[in-house]
Amino acid sequence: MYDFTYEKPSSLADAVKALSGDMDAKALAGGQTFIPVLKQRLNKPSTVVDLSKLGLSGITVAGDKIVIGAMTRHADVASNPDIQAKIPGLAYLASMIGDEAVRHRGTIGGSLANNDPAACYPSAILALGGTIKTDRRSIAADDFFQGMFTTALEQGEIITSIELPIPQKSAYEKFRNPASRYAIVGVFVAKHASGVRLAITGAGQGGVFRHTEMEKALSANFSPDAISGIVTPADGLNGDIHASAEYRAHLIGVVSKRAVAKAA
Amino acid sequence: MGFEGIGASVRRKEDVRFLSGKGNYTDDINRPGQLYAVIKRADRAHAKINRIDIAAASAAPGVVKVFVGEDMAAEGIGGLPCGWQIHNKDGSPMAEPPHPVIATGKVRHVGDPVAVVIATSKQEARNAAELLEIDYTDLPAVANLTDAVKPGAVEVHDGVAGNICYDWVIGDKAVVDGVFASAHKVVKLDLTNNRLIPNAMEPRVALGDFDTSSGDFTLYTTSQNPHVIRLLMGAFVLHIPENKLRVFAPDVGGGFGSKIYHYAEEAIVTWAAGKLRRPVKWTAERSESFMSDAHGRDHVSTAEMAIDNEGHFLGLRITTLANMGAYLSTFAPAVPTYLYATLLAGVYKTPVIYCNVKAVFTNTVPVDAYRGAGRPEATYLLERLVDVIAYETGIDKVELRRKNFIPADAFPYQTPVALQYDSGDYQTTLKVALKNADWDGFEARRAEAKKRGKLRGIGISTYLEACGIAPSAVVGSLGARAGLYEVAEIRVHPTGSVTVFTGTHSHGQGHETTLAQLVVDQLGVPFDQVEVVHGDTAKIPFGMGTYGSRSLAVGGSAMVKAMDKVIAKGKKIAAHLMEASVEDIEFKNNTFTVAGTDKSKTLTDISLAAYVPHNYPIEELEPGLDETAFYDPKNFTFPGGCHIAEVEIDPETGVVAMVNFTAVDDVGRVINPMIVEGQVQGGVAQGIGQALLEGCGYDADGQLTTGSFMDYTMPRANDIPNMSVATENTMCTHNPLGSKGCGEVGAIGSPPAVINAVVDALKDYGVRHLDMPATGAKLWSIIQAATPRMAAE
Repeated sequence: MYDFTYEKPSSLADAVKALSGDMDAKALAGGQTFIPVLKQRLNKPSTVVDLSKLGLSGITVAGDKIVIGAMTRHADVASNPDIQAKIPGLAYLASMIGDEAVRHRGTIGGSLANNDPAACYPSAILALGGTIKTDRRSIAADDFFQGMFTTALEQGEIITSIELPIPQKSAYEKFRNPASRYAIVGVFVAKHASGVRLAITGAGQGGVFRHTEMEKALSANFSPDAISGIVTPADGLNGDIHASAEYRAHLIGVVSKRAVAKAA
Repeated sequence: MGFEGIGASVRRKEDVRFLSGKGNYTDDINRPGQLYAVIKRADRAHAKINRIDIAAASAAPGVVKVFVGEDMAAEGIGGLPCGWQIHNKDGSPMAEPPHPVIATGKVRHVGDPVAVVIATSKQEARNAAELLEIDYTDLPAVANLTDAVKPGAVEVHDGVAGNICYDWVIGDKAVVDGVFASAHKVVKLDLTNNRLIPNAMEPRVALGDFDTSSGDFTLYTTSQNPHVIRLLMGAFVLHIPENKLRVFAPDVGGGFGSKIYHYAEEAIVTWAAGKLRRPVKWTAERSESFMSDAHGRDHVSTAEMAIDNEGHFLGLRITTLANMGAYLSTFAPAVPTYLYATLLAGVYKTPVIYCNVKAVFTNTVPVDAYRGAGRPEATYLLERLVDVIAYETGIDKVELRRKNFIPADAFPYQTPVALQYDSGDYQTTLKVALKNADWDGFEARRAEAKKRGKLRGIGISTYLEACGIAPSAVVGSLGARAGLYEVAEIRVHPTGSVTVFTGTHSHGQGHETTLAQLVVDQLGVPFDQVEVVHGDTAKIPFGMGTYGSRSLAVGGSAMVKAMDKVIAKGKKIAAHLMEASVEDIEFKNNTFTVAGTDKSKTLTDISLAAYVPHNYPIEELEPGLDETAFYDPKNFTFPGGCHIAEVEIDPETGVVAMVNFTAVDDVGRVINPMIVEGQVQGGVAQGIGQALLEGCGYDADGQLTTGSFMDYTMPRANDIPNMSVATENTMCTHNPLGSKGCGEVGAIGSPPAVINAVVDALKDYGVRHLDMPATGAKLWSIIQAATPRMAAE
């Protein structure tokens, strides 16, 4: 990695200040993407601002919502009894990210801010209709994800927590890239009182997206059969050496049905 | 303390230090005043180097020196040598273009070294390497085998027409063609053997040191064969005589063949250490490993078998294109010839065989031996072809194999492709494997899987390999530029403990345990009083190293020979001490006894007398008890056996799950059953990796598309099923241990078993063959293509 200045502020205000004043400053959450990127010299930050002393981790149940601190590690989400009981799809999703080492360093806030098109978390937050809380505002999941590696976050804006409505049912299914184990197609389905939301990661050229045709069918009939006739076009989907766009389009149907079967 | 001799599953003594972080790997070694080298590598597959501007890099903080290819060439530093010369079918030698240590004039593959930056820290060297300005003129590249041999293809080396390194044959084409012309039926199969990237856990490291007082060089390196590196680098590249060059390969974290070869970085750091009079270390980044460690496999073949109306094999005819990459790695030419075509009889009586191999240069990383080396390619081709014969004739695939097996009473058996097998019993390994795999119960398992919506298939491979390489005169006549004997020194210390100095090298195989068990067995010395030393040319008399499953069969045999000498000398000392005739002295269980009496002396009594020769036959016998033996094998060894794989395919996604794997191998005498089981498991894991997951890719421009673990699929623990591993051994008849070798059998026998199982699972889809790796995406496409046809029927 290139040389950089390292800062570890102990207040949110200091962290925001460090990141806002310098376009080349970068935040370090769990570092499970960022550190490898630095090691490969693909990024040359002036300052790395470590967010680990801001007190942003923890999981609380607040009425009909679960609030997860941005610096909460994947392993803590996966093993949290409240999440396991109330949003089992999310606990399962967290348990399938990377490997043990990654899960004990990587954070939900870091994953969302990075918005890797093959990351798992964006599908959950979008399907659950979550709200991303930052140092300055609340952003609805539907507004947050704005394309591959792109979010609504402003320069220096730090995610503090994620607020997730507790759905009636939830499940996540992941078809993994055999090499990287990222999602080739990851489907998070959540059945809310207001209807079903189903979000797909790994497949779209623009990152995570909701499959509205499936949502409509599932809102009427929450069963795998309800979506078995839905064909997802390959247009706009990713193709790479591991999976063509056509294969991904097909997998969206298969994986979505399996997610619904698991949730139902 | 229980039984710790031959046959005991003694726990691996080296694992204590490996598992507790106390291993001593090359990168753990640091020398005073050490500098760090970073290699600037070509980022393109084929280009002319017009100019390299080193000014900014040389002036960067911490930089001591920047070297380019011309700096080495100006000092008369030759290219990297090739250790094996193959001859064309017309008798002329193979094309052997120069392999500069650092590229001069042109780069020929992504990863080709272009310059080396040496600085006081690695960080500074990396920073400075980015300041190198290299002016290239890009040339068209060719990465793909079949493209490289097309008329008008880009030439990787000037003067190597058509990119053909050699055009080699074995067998009599006219005779084989005659058999084909009159055969009942000919079955033909086109297939590829996918290119693999070895990926040892420990990346390569080289540390060169120069002693300014003695003028001695030391190279610390991640090598499977330090003496071979000393010979190749000292004699052929840097012109340093052996007495001034020590090569030390300490603990090495996996090799699988990729650490046999003499690599550019070893020569660079050793040469630079002498130039700069300071130690110079290079440590590979993982991404460098992908583009600079020799790759494996990469064949395209057409195979044809002529059969009679009962399915007897009458003749085999094969043409193979084998990728050499951009330059000839140390043993590359031998792999698709003498380690491949000579194995094409397999376990079968096929009376005539003809094979033509064209080795081809491409703009890719050099290709050389990788676990199995040629034998997996031969086995895969043969065992797939046999299954296709069964498919086309309707003959049961087990029965077809049985009726063509070389029978157990036919040994020694001379094949039509040069090798003479000494022992084996293929019917027995087959029978036991069928039983262990519950072959007969498979159809019930298939039916049960079908109820769950899964396509279950079973596949079998009855394989043979040749290892324990090799008789020096034989390999010399075949083009090897080295002998392939092995060396052992047995030092019995004054108080009876033993140090073994072996010319083999352990990089995960557990030699410190297995070889110590030989001493326990033969000399009766307790296991904890035996130390095995390897890897250091300053300590070991000589050695050819570890590859080709040779360490026990060849290196262990050298130990037996050296221990025989220890015992012979001990008997003379014992005879003197007990005032008996040498002929009457017997040695057993650590004790010399006068036959028929109760007079005895322990080995310790004898060793003490040997080193404190107060009462000693000093007129006839030298003091000391330290014997060295060189053992040159009389033949290859021929492990073989039967592997059975069972898979389930999810037809909705195409994804294959390995559900069962059964191996029954004949590896000759087993010293440590636990280690053999582990070796087989590891080899099978690599074979499953090749069959289902791994595939090195290059795009049309010669860029590596699988240059990291994000895209190159290494098998993980959960890709590998629990395995049933057993042995049914016949003894090697020509070495003193009877051992054949077990390091590669797993990687050789398993890939065709897995693919045969995948093809079997897809039998209702009309699949006759598919190429490795059988990824979900590939199988889904096959299933998709077949489904409308099935619906129409």
